Amino acid sequence: MLNNALDFIPEIPLSDAATAVTDFITDKFSFLFNPIKEHFGTFMEFMSEDVLMNIPPIIFIIVIAILAFFISGKKFGLAVFSIVGLWLIYNQGHWDNLMNTVTLVLLASILSVIIGVPIGILMSKSKTANAIFTPILDFMQTMPAFVYLIPAVAFFGIGMVPGVFASLIFATPPTVRFTNLGIRQVSKDLVEAADAFGSTGAQKLFKVELPMAKATIMAGINQTVMLALSMVVIASMIGAPGLGREVLSSLQRAQVGPGFVAGIGIVILAIIIDRITQNMNKKKD
Amino acid sequence: MPVIEAKNLSKVFGKNKKQALKLLDEGLTKEEILKETGSTVGVNRASFSVEAGEIFVIMGLSGSGKSTLVRLLNRLIEPTEGNILIDGEDLSKMDKSSLRRVRREKLSMVFQQFALFPHRTILKNTEYGLEIQNVPKEEREERAKKALELVGLGDYIHQKPSQLSGGMQQRVGLARALANDPKVLLMDEAFSALDPLIRKEMQDELIDLQSTMQKTIIFITHDLDEALRLGDRIALMKDGVIVQIGTPEEILVSPANDYVEKFVEDVDISKILTAQHIMKRPETVNIEKHGPRVALERMREEGISSILVIDSKRNLKGYVTAEDASEARKKDIKDLKEIIRTDIPKVNRDTAMQDIFNIIYDSQTPVAVMKDEKLEGIIVRGAVIAALASDSEVNLNA
Repeated sequence: MLNNALDFIPEIPLSDAATAVTDFITDKFSFLFNPIKEHFGTFMEFMSEDVLMNIPPIIFIIVIAILAFFISGKKFGLAVFSIVGLWLIYNQGHWDNLMNTVTLVLLASILSVIIGVPIGILMSKSKTANAIFTPILDFMQTMPAFVYLIPAVAFFGIGMVPGVFASLIFATPPTVRFTNLGIRQVSKDLVEAADAFGSTGAQKLFKVELPMAKATIMAGINQTVMLALSMVVIASMIGAPGLGREVLSSLQRAQVGPGFVAGIGIVILAIIIDRITQNMNKKKD
Repeated sequence: MPVIEAKNLSKVFGKNKKQALKLLDEGLTKEEILKETGSTVGVNRASFSVEAGEIFVIMGLSGSGKSTLVRLLNRLIEPTEGNILIDGEDLSKMDKSSLRRVRREKLSMVFQQFALFPHRTILKNTEYGLEIQNVPKEEREERAKKALELVGLGDYIHQKPSQLSGGMQQRVGLARALANDPKVLLMDEAFSALDPLIRKEMQDELIDLQSTMQKTIIFITHDLDEALRLGDRIALMKDGVIVQIGTPEEILVSPANDYVEKFVEDVDISKILTAQHIMKRPETVNIEKHGPRVALERMREEGISSILVIDSKRNLKGYVTAEDASEARKKDIKDLKEIIRTDIPKVNRDTAMQDIFNIIYDSQTPVAVMKDEKLEGIIVRGAVIAALASDSEVNLNA
């Protein structure tokens, strides 16, 4: 009886609907996706293979170490760690994979920030925007990341570009949320002062709100970079090259050793990126 | 023409604004309207006008609507009803860009918690109002430095606000407001967050600055002493309504209702009342016409033991005592000049009663109240005590 009640409405073709929507978008927006796939794909290949891989590893390591030294307030810890860690990755023969991963993470993060900060600002200024974007962000963060891979392949084929697309969806929410939060947290007094002196909306935003929210926004960006990095293994399932692909293939062949080595490479990269972005935040305070 | 004028300015917070306004017109109280409509009345038909160069203090306890009222004046809070006229221009009807222009050119605000931008240096904070008007860098730096020197912070320009004490931070707040060279300064509890000694210092400095700058200042405070010290006129607020507007003396001496009376009853009245409020018409004899006999007669009539001596131009010459006069009559001395005493204490008509205490305490004679060199009145010991005991004895029309 009760079960009958549940069965009263026949199965809703939700899955068919999702397929139809994806097909529709793939079909109708191919004029947009194809050039993105081509040009952006070429650009990423150029960046990782022609630029980053052409930098001699020793120069790359020294530059990162110097950056780490100055950004952490002239302390040696992070610089030494960078040298040892990056050398270890080189030593294990994963340098090219590292460069591919760096490209993926870097581009996904930069795009996330470019998209995320303005949306965050919009959400902080408009109740409507806030109401619209909040559930979308929740959806983006809770939907298992693997699910993004399917439409990503449909839109962009396989390789780095769909990897960046999937990372983008997974990694953008923290930047949006923290930007929104940061601006909303600016003390009402300061906003009033800016208004009382006759600031325009843009003046208030750039001279008061964004500088005041900077620390919070940077914390969000740090989270975004970390999430983008965590996507590299998943993105390798759709053909994105890099350390993630090594982990994946080790998994498929049940090789503990190589999997561990590639995994360590990701950890080292994560620590270096995390500490550098965190220190960029602290430095100004 | 008044520089700033509020006409029937009202603010209702909440949804049923129209209904609440209607009920206000019907004379319902704030509580009744809250019960009826769920809306809170912030400011209830406030009207006042402030002349150029005046310090107009708006005083009330917390929740009285004073901070809302000052924000209605520059439309940081949008008025529900009523008009704000600045130099005759109606601010309440302006579009955004005209409003910005008025805020930039005519109105500056100083905040209770200073509201300095922590990421900017003192100089950059002071420049802010000019920077957003796109004043060239050199000019705005110069004007900001001038403003900082005015408040005594010329040496701190490259510090961040957090490196300064509260008092110094509020000086920056004041400098930032002055750098724009506005007509009107809105000061929202500007000194309330400072400790009492610094607060007094800032009050004195504001009075000093005001004597040279002649800005029109609207000063919000919950502190009656501060209101009395600074205000040329004081508006007392309760539940969003302006209960009384008047000079400090009017508020103290003739409170409009019980609320004001209660508010002012703890005030040390001796700091506010001056000699002219407690003096009496003096009994005098004229040194050019009268002798000891007349003086003695007058004293007997009035039941007093000494009498003041003046000349025909009301210049005070001194006084004679009954003893001396009676002695002189026995010795048949005809001229008051021979028995006149001159050790009479004199005070100006504006001398505070507080300061008269000590003088009258040490003195054997009444105190003469002078205006320039002329005798205006006398103060006897009893009048001082009476004034302290009860306001009703005080003669404000003196």
